[in-house]
Amino acid sequence: MPVQRIKFYQTGSFAVGNRLLDPDQRSVQADTERTNSLTMGHRACQGCGEALGARYVLDAVMRATGNHAVTVNATGCLEVFSTPFPESSWRVPWLHSLFGNAPAVATGVAAALKAKGRTDVRVVGQGGDGGTVDIGLGCLSGMFERNDDVLYVCYDNGGYMNTGVQRSGATPHGAVTTTTPAGNSFRQGKSLPLIAMAHRIPYVATATVADLRDLEYKATRAMEFHGARYLHVLVPCPLGWRTASSETIQIARLATETGSFPVFEAVDGEVTDVTRIRRLRPVEDYLRPQGRFAHLFGDTPRGDVISSIQAEADRNIRTFGLVETTEVS
Amino acid sequence: MPEANSHHPYAITLDVGSSLANKTGSWRTERPVYLDRLPPCNDACPAGENVQEWVARAEEGDYEAAWRQIMVDNPFPAIMGRVCYRPCETACNRATLDEPVGINSIERFLGDEAISRGWSVVVEAPPTGKNVLVVGAGPSGLSAAYHLALRGHQVTVRDDSPEAGGMMRYGIPSYRLTRDVVDAEIQRIVEMGVRLELGTSVTDLGDALVDFDAVFLAVGAHVGRRADIPAGDSARIVDAVSMLAGLAKGEQPLLGRRVAVYGGGNTAMDVARTARRLGASDAIVVYRRTRERMPAHDIEVREALDEGVRMRWLSTIVYAGADRVRIEKMRLDESGFPQPTGEFEELDADSVVLALGQQADLALVRDLPGVEIADGVVQVDGRMMTGHAGLFAGGDMVPGERTVTVAVGHGKQAARNIDAWLRSATYEHPERPELATYDRLNTWYYADAPATLRPQLDVARRITSFDEVTQGLTAENALFEARRCMSCGNCLECDNCFGVCPDNAIIKLGPGQGYEIDLDFCKGCGLCAAECPSGAITMIRERS
Repeated sequence: MPVQRIKFYQTGSFAVGNRLLDPDQRSVQADTERTNSLTMGHRACQGCGEALGARYVLDAVMRATGNHAVTVNATGCLEVFSTPFPESSWRVPWLHSLFGNAPAVATGVAAALKAKGRTDVRVVGQGGDGGTVDIGLGCLSGMFERNDDVLYVCYDNGGYMNTGVQRSGATPHGAVTTTTPAGNSFRQGKSLPLIAMAHRIPYVATATVADLRDLEYKATRAMEFHGARYLHVLVPCPLGWRTASSETIQIARLATETGSFPVFEAVDGEVTDVTRIRRLRPVEDYLRPQGRFAHLFGDTPRGDVISSIQAEADRNIRTFGLVETTEVS
Repeated sequence: MPEANSHHPYAITLDVGSSLANKTGSWRTERPVYLDRLPPCNDACPAGENVQEWVARAEEGDYEAAWRQIMVDNPFPAIMGRVCYRPCETACNRATLDEPVGINSIERFLGDEAISRGWSVVVEAPPTGKNVLVVGAGPSGLSAAYHLALRGHQVTVRDDSPEAGGMMRYGIPSYRLTRDVVDAEIQRIVEMGVRLELGTSVTDLGDALVDFDAVFLAVGAHVGRRADIPAGDSARIVDAVSMLAGLAKGEQPLLGRRVAVYGGGNTAMDVARTARRLGASDAIVVYRRTRERMPAHDIEVREALDEGVRMRWLSTIVYAGADRVRIEKMRLDESGFPQPTGEFEELDADSVVLALGQQADLALVRDLPGVEIADGVVQVDGRMMTGHAGLFAGGDMVPGERTVTVAVGHGKQAARNIDAWLRSATYEHPERPELATYDRLNTWYYADAPATLRPQLDVARRITSFDEVTQGLTAENALFEARRCMSCGNCLECDNCFGVCPDNAIIKLGPGQGYEIDLDFCKGCGLCAAECPSGAITMIRERS
């Protein structure tokens, strides 16, 4: 009989850790000595995906850099809930200036460190989707163009949630916000990962809070490069998406399993790897649990909008090859 | 709040502080609580094994600890790993995901490891000075003896057969259960100080109840049920139980080349497969209902078919002659009961083996005051005690499914209650936690992994010898198989709760210690409970 290689420990590589794994094979988050870059006492809502995503990314960055990292934060939920004066939840060096200038400030920090000869200290810029795809886009594009040595991380929750759930350039097609009460009709919005790739910067990747191993791998990989890097993390928002606080990770998982959010990485503007969909599901499974899409399933169901969202997901699946094809070559 | 301080720069009035001062636990309306739910395998095990727990030890590669955990409930892991009908695997939640965990194959691996490494059980309880008689050295009697010995009682087991094992030796054919395994697992019980008195008949229970402090009766069901089949003078009709027992004692049954087996239970399959091995070119099972309604377990039927056994469903034997039988075709009525059709057929058969079920020989208890007999079996209460004080009974002679595993479970249950009775106490079974059903799990986290199959002898060798049909797993395969377990309802220390909390409100206590909730900061979002793979966290409402 064929010998089966023991390649997983019970819950395989999908869980955070496992008592049977060697410590160096566990995730950063399984470590009791993790930095907890964003520590408790912060004022994020219950089940906040962004608080989770920021800790995941920065803890991985801190491990990758031997705790030599500086963070520059754009205005947004993440900044507001973590630093109500005079408290701070940050256990990393952290700087905040304005809403739209975080990439430029990060560039300046990197330049200052370089001027002082501190090449060992790495710079991470971060912000929400509003500060990234709308307000900070000019500064970010410049940072990409100059190939400044900064990892910029966008935590995408699809709207201006801090100020009361207004539509952003990353709000998905059909979603209700306070400024699109009948549902966002601007289709899929801006895909900043593709915009970043168009700059041919060394490294671009997408990830979600539903796949910690993948997220940590990408944050770590990004630190192996110098120059401009971009990481786009999908972070569900229970408040704006109108989901239960316990569903944050499940919803992010559905976003990838339906093809609504493609997970991939690109080097020098070329896609080098994609995370394949494990159990493909229709977009309806992703939309239905979210209150912001409830109007699509109401008394007058919007089959037209749902099929157009499905078509967008199908396009993602085709473009990125998200489903393993079993064609015989 | 810190005081305003003149050393602050312009317009700054407060000292910088950590958000740790902000106890967000006050937001909470629900709190997560760790709990153990009852895994379906444990729930289904007739011997009451803590399957999930011993599989967890096997996953760690600590086979001895795993084996010892089985031994807490069942003294026959190697036998179980061969003959148990695996209710645990039928109940296994993993079946809904891909295929059930091969619990039985792991159990066999552990049982075989124990035999080859000579692991044994030591009685730690001090002697109680109580004497218990067990009548019948089958799985139920030996299980009771083992559990009573563990509790410090002196046990004597009497059986009129020359060797111990009951149906494990005289009923189950050796190609399913090799005798060296039976010997080894019984020997281990003898070494614990259990007295085995073989070839000794118990004729008077009244005397025994005076000589001993309690008696456990487990004489099994060894009498083949007869059917009145009109038969010619030279017809050869044998009963299955006697034939199998004779074979085990070294006799060579004369069945001829064409054998008709009458009945549809596991014994019928055993006989038909045995007949093939004894050289019968034709072994035909004649059964009055359909395959779906056969009491035989599916795996037995499949293996019999593999070995070339033929089946005649919906048929009864109405006449047996010297070299042929006459069968009548049946049809099932609305209630599923077979009805004659009046259509007849002839079938070549040199002999007919009756496998129509077994009855218990109840001569011992028939005249004992208080003992109630109904439907051919002895009635017992929840403590496994008969209506006669101090006389307990179990195994095939009491109501219940007649399998080795059920018998072992009866033995354990009886031992617990006999032990309590001897101390003038009552045994209280711990409360059963709620069942860990599939919908409690978050199966996303389990890697896809099909079951590891045990190798089987090829059919040509199966029908020419009594060699064991199903082989064991290797250590590596057993480890892989154990790690397919989803640990339903019990924390497996995967760190998911610790990882997914947006508020760092889970405290990891270290290996084997599990986790604790930091209620100062837990906002009660419920992510830990939702993302727990094994369903070992629940959310409860905070009191206002």
